[in-house]
Amino acid sequence: MTCLPSTSGAKLGLVIDLDTCVGCQACVTNCKEWNTGGHMAPLTDTQPYQAGADGVWFNRVHSYEVTTPEGETRALHFPRSCLHCEDAACVTVCPTGASYKRSSDGIVLVDEDKCIGCKLCSWACPYGAREYDVFEGVMKKCTLCVDRIYNENLDEEDRVPACVLTCPTGARHFGDLGDPQSDVSQLVAKRNGQDLMPEMGYRPTNKYLPQRAKADTSAKSLEPVEDTSGATGLLAWVDRMLSQAD
Amino acid sequence: MHPASSVILFTSASGAGYGVLALTPAFVALGLLPPDRWLGASLLIPALGMVTIGLLASTFHLGHPERAWRALSQWRSSWLSREGVMAILSYGPALAYAYGWIVLETNDGAWAWAGFAASLTALGTLFTTAMIYRSLKPVPAWATDWTVAGYLVLGLLSGLAIITAVASGFGFHPVRFQTAAIILILAGAIVKNGYWARLETAWEQAQASSGQAVASDNTVLRSVEWPHTEENFILKEMGFRIARKHAERLRRIARNLLFVIPAVVFVISPSLAPMPYAAWAAWLGAALLLAGIVVERWLFFAEAKHVVTLYYGLD
Amino acid sequence: MPFPAPAENDGVETSPAVADEVKTTTCYMCACRCGIRVFLKDGQVRYIQGNRDHPVNKGVLCGKGAAGIMNHLSPARLRKPLKRCGPRGSGDFEEIEWDEALSIAQSWLGDIRKNDPKKLAFFTGRDQSQSLTGWWAKQFGTPNYAAHGGFCSVNMAAGGLYSIGGSFWEFGEPDWEHARILLMFGVAEDHDSNPIKIGLGKLKERGAKVIAVNPARTGYAAIADEWLGIRPGTDGLLILALVHELLRAGKIDLDYLARFTNAGWLVRQAPGTATDGLFLRNDSGTPLVWDRKTGAAVAHTDTNAVADLTSSHNVNGATAVPVFKLIAERYSDSQYAPDAVADRTGIPAETIRRIAAEIADAAFNHPVTLPVAWTDAHGKTHAEMTGRPVAMHAMRGISAHSNGFQTCRALHLLQMLIGAVDTPGSFRYKPPYPKPIPPGPTPSGKNAAANTPLDGMPLGFPASPDDLLYDDDGTPARIDKAFTWESPMSAHGAMHRVIANAAAGDPYTIDTLFLYMANMAWNSSMDIQGTLDALTATDPATGEYKIPHIIYSDAYASETIAYADLILPDTTYLERWDCISMLDRPIGEADGAGDAIRQPIVEPDRDVRPFQSVLLDLGARLGLPGFVNDDGTPKYPGGYADYIVYHQRSPGVGPLAGWRGTAGDQDGKGDSNPEQLDRYIENGCFWHGAIPDDARYYKMANQGYLDWAVKLGFLPKAEQIVLQLYSEPVQTFRNAARGHGALTPPDHLRDQVEQAFDPLPFWTPVGEDEHPEAEKFPLHGLTQRPMHHYHSWGSQNAWLRQITAQNRLFMHRQTAANLKIADDDWVWVESRHGRVKGQVKLVDGVNRDTVWTWNAIGKRAGTWGLNESVPEVKKAFLLNHIIPEKHADGTTSLSDPVTGQAAWFDLRVKVYKAEPDEQGETAPALDTLARVPGQAAPVDRLDFGRAFRAKDGGR
Ligand SMILES: Nc1nc2c(c(=O)[nH]1)N[C@H]1C(S)=C(S)[C@@H](COP(=O)(O)OP(=O)(O)OC[C@H]3O[C@@H](n4cnc5c(=O)[nH]c(N)nc54)[C@H](O)[C@@H]3O)O[C@H]1N2
Ligand SMILES: Nc1nc2c(c(=O)[nH]1)N[C@H]1C(S)=C(S)[C@@H](COP(=O)(O)OP(=O)(O)OC[C@H]3O[C@@H](n4cnc5c(=O)[nH]c(N)nc54)[C@H](O)[C@@H]3O)O[C@H]1N2
Ligand code: SF4
Ligand code: SF4
Ligand code: SF4
Ligand code: SF4
Ligand code: SF4
Ligand SMILES: [Mo]
Repeated sequence: MTCLPSTSGAKLGLVIDLDTCVGCQACVTNCKEWNTGGHMAPLTDTQPYQAGADGVWFNRVHSYEVTTPEGETRALHFPRSCLHCEDAACVTVCPTGASYKRSSDGIVLVDEDKCIGCKLCSWACPYGAREYDVFEGVMKKCTLCVDRIYNENLDEEDRVPACVLTCPTGARHFGDLGDPQSDVSQLVAKRNGQDLMPEMGYRPTNKYLPQRAKADTSAKSLEPVEDTSGATGLLAWVDRMLSQAD
Repeated sequence: MHPASSVILFTSASGAGYGVLALTPAFVALGLLPPDRWLGASLLIPALGMVTIGLLASTFHLGHPERAWRALSQWRSSWLSREGVMAILSYGPALAYAYGWIVLETNDGAWAWAGFAASLTALGTLFTTAMIYRSLKPVPAWATDWTVAGYLVLGLLSGLAIITAVASGFGFHPVRFQTAAIILILAGAIVKNGYWARLETAWEQAQASSGQAVASDNTVLRSVEWPHTEENFILKEMGFRIARKHAERLRRIARNLLFVIPAVVFVISPSLAPMPYAAWAAWLGAALLLAGIVVERWLFFAEAKHVVTLYYGLD
Repeated sequence: MPFPAPAENDGVETSPAVADEVKTTTCYMCACRCGIRVFLKDGQVRYIQGNRDHPVNKGVLCGKGAAGIMNHLSPARLRKPLKRCGPRGSGDFEEIEWDEALSIAQSWLGDIRKNDPKKLAFFTGRDQSQSLTGWWAKQFGTPNYAAHGGFCSVNMAAGGLYSIGGSFWEFGEPDWEHARILLMFGVAEDHDSNPIKIGLGKLKERGAKVIAVNPARTGYAAIADEWLGIRPGTDGLLILALVHELLRAGKIDLDYLARFTNAGWLVRQAPGTATDGLFLRNDSGTPLVWDRKTGAAVAHTDTNAVADLTSSHNVNGATAVPVFKLIAERYSDSQYAPDAVADRTGIPAETIRRIAAEIADAAFNHPVTLPVAWTDAHGKTHAEMTGRPVAMHAMRGISAHSNGFQTCRALHLLQMLIGAVDTPGSFRYKPPYPKPIPPGPTPSGKNAAANTPLDGMPLGFPASPDDLLYDDDGTPARIDKAFTWESPMSAHGAMHRVIANAAAGDPYTIDTLFLYMANMAWNSSMDIQGTLDALTATDPATGEYKIPHIIYSDAYASETIAYADLILPDTTYLERWDCISMLDRPIGEADGAGDAIRQPIVEPDRDVRPFQSVLLDLGARLGLPGFVNDDGTPKYPGGYADYIVYHQRSPGVGPLAGWRGTAGDQDGKGDSNPEQLDRYIENGCFWHGAIPDDARYYKMANQGYLDWAVKLGFLPKAEQIVLQLYSEPVQTFRNAARGHGALTPPDHLRDQVEQAFDPLPFWTPVGEDEHPEAEKFPLHGLTQRPMHHYHSWGSQNAWLRQITAQNRLFMHRQTAANLKIADDDWVWVESRHGRVKGQVKLVDGVNRDTVWTWNAIGKRAGTWGLNESVPEVKKAFLLNHIIPEKHADGTTSLSDPVTGQAAWFDLRVKVYKAEPDEQGETAPALDTLARVPGQAAPVDRLDFGRAFRAKDGGR
């Protein structure tokens, strides 16, 4: 059913900190290794050892250089995956009901048994979060690790998305963004978490924490020990220091 | 957007088909077309054929054609689903109207009402098709009413061309349809130019806010490395780029085929040329116009840029 | 607390069974050695996850580790032993049985050992079994052994070990919990891949300031609060300018210097004599300081003395100067003033001054004090631990230059001056470091004799010219000329010189080159073509290969395979026992010592054998002492697992420190424990010995630590390790260059040695900047490690190669504009040695005089199980093609004159546009190598994982 739930019980999603992401690709490959055997399995790869290798991935990391209005240039690493939008047109455009948003937790999924592979949902996603499996003839996407986060066969602390579990810098956070008290909501409030392409009006659940202002560089340079500079001045000073000591 | 031939074929063929189905009953009602069963057959059967070919073509690019029936289920939210439903619905009145006209040789009274319904459902299908694209915000070029207007007018225009040609084959001079031609050609020219005029600026606006695509407002974004060094699904499907000068040339061709030549063939020549020249011209004009529709449709996709390409630093 | 599964009723299985069994082991997608949990389903590897309890990675995995499955299943895996049938370099092989393979090796090696053991050159690369391989070489009796350290980071290791008894690299780490400032010099990834990322996350969390000193702004530098895009090879200047500023302002930790360093030690001033620049010592050999209280020279160990730091003294006839005075005088000189170095380094003087001020502010206005009482090596107890929250870390950006040893020393000097070595908030040692200074043991291998083991390990740390390795007839003992005047302190050997020297018969010819886990025919060599020529060179007289036999152990179809005569195929890391030993490169972290094992997770589906077991087997077949029992039977019939448990290097000391003693209740030292491996497996395949709370800082002089280290066998005696601002061992070589002592450098190296062996750190331009043709090649050419590829192994990985299959040449926008080069242009990168073609990517985040690219992405056609037309072959490129192997003089290798460290980053290039008809493909393109026998053609579709899901009742 591709009408969106009026409200979803929880709003599970990710918060990604662009100030700490070093672009290591760990979330990318860990997502791949979990999900290629998971709910959407397989994440087929084509021409894996040839030219034109391509495959289905749910998470991709870009690297950019940005120039701020102040004219400062910075490097930026940007992980891109499904944002589990509240106004998810990828769902409403789906003619078959294969693409749907769960009312309980807000996760946007594809039911592969219903999908006809028309690809319209991937056109409707501004964020490129859906990837088509040419061999399976169906659309695939981030499941928010729906087969991990509730999985009773995993240790409790492991019941988080694979990409979150693995991120070495701790740049990825998972939780209920519908609950203002949740850690993720607090973090978003504290760090001024942003929506991607708000003008699209998809109301993404996932939030991104922008890069912090760089540390201030206002420190004054050091004053010499005393006007007699050079080694002699220094040694005289050290001598005085030591005299105080003895 | 990647111009997939199946989609181009589908929209052009069914567009023309629905154009015929939408206009024919109206022309009959206006007395521009007589209840000649063979004329009816030569108009309605090809039209239904084109619609059907179009519908089939639209399933070619599916990953699971055998599940196509599922696409009728989500009419509550999905324009693609609605299009499917409308397309199916449109068969009913169209077939009834054809039955009355061709088999019973009557197209007035109750049968006229069937024709009226056929017109409406044909227009409806054209409309729903257009709305599929109209509703895609990530493709700024499409997210405008010009898109809808374009599909409707060009559908009707191609329908008119076919009707004029077929009718002329039955000895009816194209001049009969001159007024309709003037209206549709003018409308078409206005609509397409309106669409093209807006296309660039729509994209520039999207680009302007690209900083927000990576949660850093008002920053200028330069892609240093893609997440993959070779093309992936996103780029193959949505990364299509056409050189500006190439696009301009094609636009010129489309304008000529869609408006200039038809203006000569369906508006000017009818007033001058006697049969059978006018008829031959009509046939040629119709063929060229349909070719024009294909070019326009190819451009419709090729020129449309998807915002996801901002992530890849594509202009 | 996880969320309870909601009742969505969409038929999604939210609790699929993920594994029949979960086994722990140690990752080996790189040398960081993180703990992993391997999920197995139907005997297949389903998922690899980080081990949360593991001290190294605490549960996280990097991009490589999470892609391990695809290396484990790589089509490039070797399947069976191979014997060369075509000419070398053709890749023409036949598969043979292990018995034949081993007897071939046995016959070659047997002959060598009974005639002239040094005709075997045994060199290893990325392996982590150097305590076994080194010991094997020792017992065989050849001095010609080394691992890859010589071309990796020996500058870093030696510079540190001779100065502070520890090092950056993986021997120490920043105090992630307390640092206020972290300065990172030339680090892209390092061996501590995950710990550094975890740590940076913590610093960011706390709002500490991260400063990246690096010509390129990527990875870590990208998230740094400040990026200093320094000109390559000039860090020494920057560091010493910071020293200059701090000295000028008296922002130094005098108390720390007096207590923990040799700042007060008296240096003899006797120019022209053999003892010039050496320490004044008492009869028992203890260095002296001048006691300000008694006005006499006393042993530095005298706890009542207050060492004078500032004036020369006459000590019974000899003039002596405290080390600190020398330092003050040298670095106060205006040549080290920020204004003097700004141009050369490309860092504005005011920036240097500011950074110095920030360092001083953090160190002296915001000291970190921990409420932990401790006792120092003099028995004095302190109520708390106070430290300087300025941490530094450095890696190959410093060490892979020909001035790296001294630059590294300069960095340690800076740390010592502000009291930032192993104090709260600063750099911290990882046990078993710190080690005594100078480090030991000294290298062995003079006069190698038939059928005779060496009297010690082939690698070591020379303390003076007496420890150089020349045979009695004066020829260098080693084929790589390590421990000769060309690079006296080459503590890790000089693997990068072996092949060239062996082919040239300089200093002598060898019979067999035995390589393990090193892609020497490709990304591990400079001047690739030259290396290939050497590997295939024949003697015109006999037509025989100049290197008669080459044996190689690899696990995959690398570029080097084709150049060996005998291939011993190894397993993947999930198929064997391994031992990450304290005797080798341990996995300790600042709060505890550690070691680990790998256990076989799955059986190999190929006819391959773990190399360590093969090596033990060969040792037994050759009857090497220690490898056979008295009755000649193999000592370790169970292979490597047996060795790990039962081998003892010295009484009670074995490869593993955990669960020793027959009862398994001893740490560090103790009898072999037959159940040791079981204990490790129960504990997640690692052992972690936590340092007592009061012993976690000041380790070099913390009685609690010293006692603990002795107990575990890390230190011979619980004696303070005095940090060496001034290095006496270095001075001894300088004296020799001045003509003193039995062994002096040959004339052509005299000046080089005298200049390079400065007991105090100094800066000199790197070799290539001094090259007569330097001006013709105005740009510096660098490589960086991509975080998601490990050297050459990544490209066989179906997932990792999708991320990066082509490397670009990164270049500054402005520099490119000046050269009329546009983004995505194809360009030639030319050095004095040759040229290579690639595609540029223009950026702002790079030093304007520098171009760089990702390391080892380019591949040779026919290798790694890839098709010939892949981007790795057609578009990607290696800078190695154009890195000259020799200095301008054409004789000495492009290395650091002290340590022999390969100076990869000295490279200078010019860049120009490729012709229109040269677009789209890289060059040079070496001819295609034949696929190794038995290797299937690549599949065109990979649907790994489908089976697991079906098992979950999925489609
Ligand atoms: N231009 C440039 N060149 C460089 C560097 C640089 O910075 N720039 N860095 C240098 C440095 S520091 C290093 S350490 C070297 C690294 O270079 P190498 O030490 O050569 O490391 P790798 O290329 O990773 O490959 C070693 C070989 O080990 C094989 N191997 C992998 N796993 C196993 C296994 O389990 N068993 C066996 N038997 N073999 C295995 C691989 O297939 C590969 O052929 O490169 C050096 N080369
Ligand atoms: N992912 C991954 N991790 C690895 C490896 C790998 O291949 N892949 N290899 C492992 C091995 S063998 C090693 S030796 C380590 C090496 O670890 P690193 O030393 O971190 O690796 P490199 O890429 O050699 O980094 C060199 C860095 O120094 C910078 N640099 C170059 N010249 C200068 C200079 O003159 N001054 C300064 N300040 N910076 C300079 C370069 O821009 C680069 O960022 O990494 C280990 N870890
Ligand atoms: S794992 Fe974390 S740091 Fe690495 S790329 Fe993903 S988000 Fe960035
Ligand atoms: S990110 Fe794209 S796929 Fe995910 S919910 Fe939003 S629109 Fe749909
Ligand atoms: S591809 Fe599948 S999920 Fe996407 S819109 Fe079409 S049917 Fe729905
Ligand atoms: S939540 Fe799961 S599926 Fe989504 S990106 Fe992260 S790992 Fe991949
Ligand atoms: S850093 Fe990555 S590849 Fe290296 S050992 Fe750890 S997880 Fe494995
Ligand atoms: Mo290395």
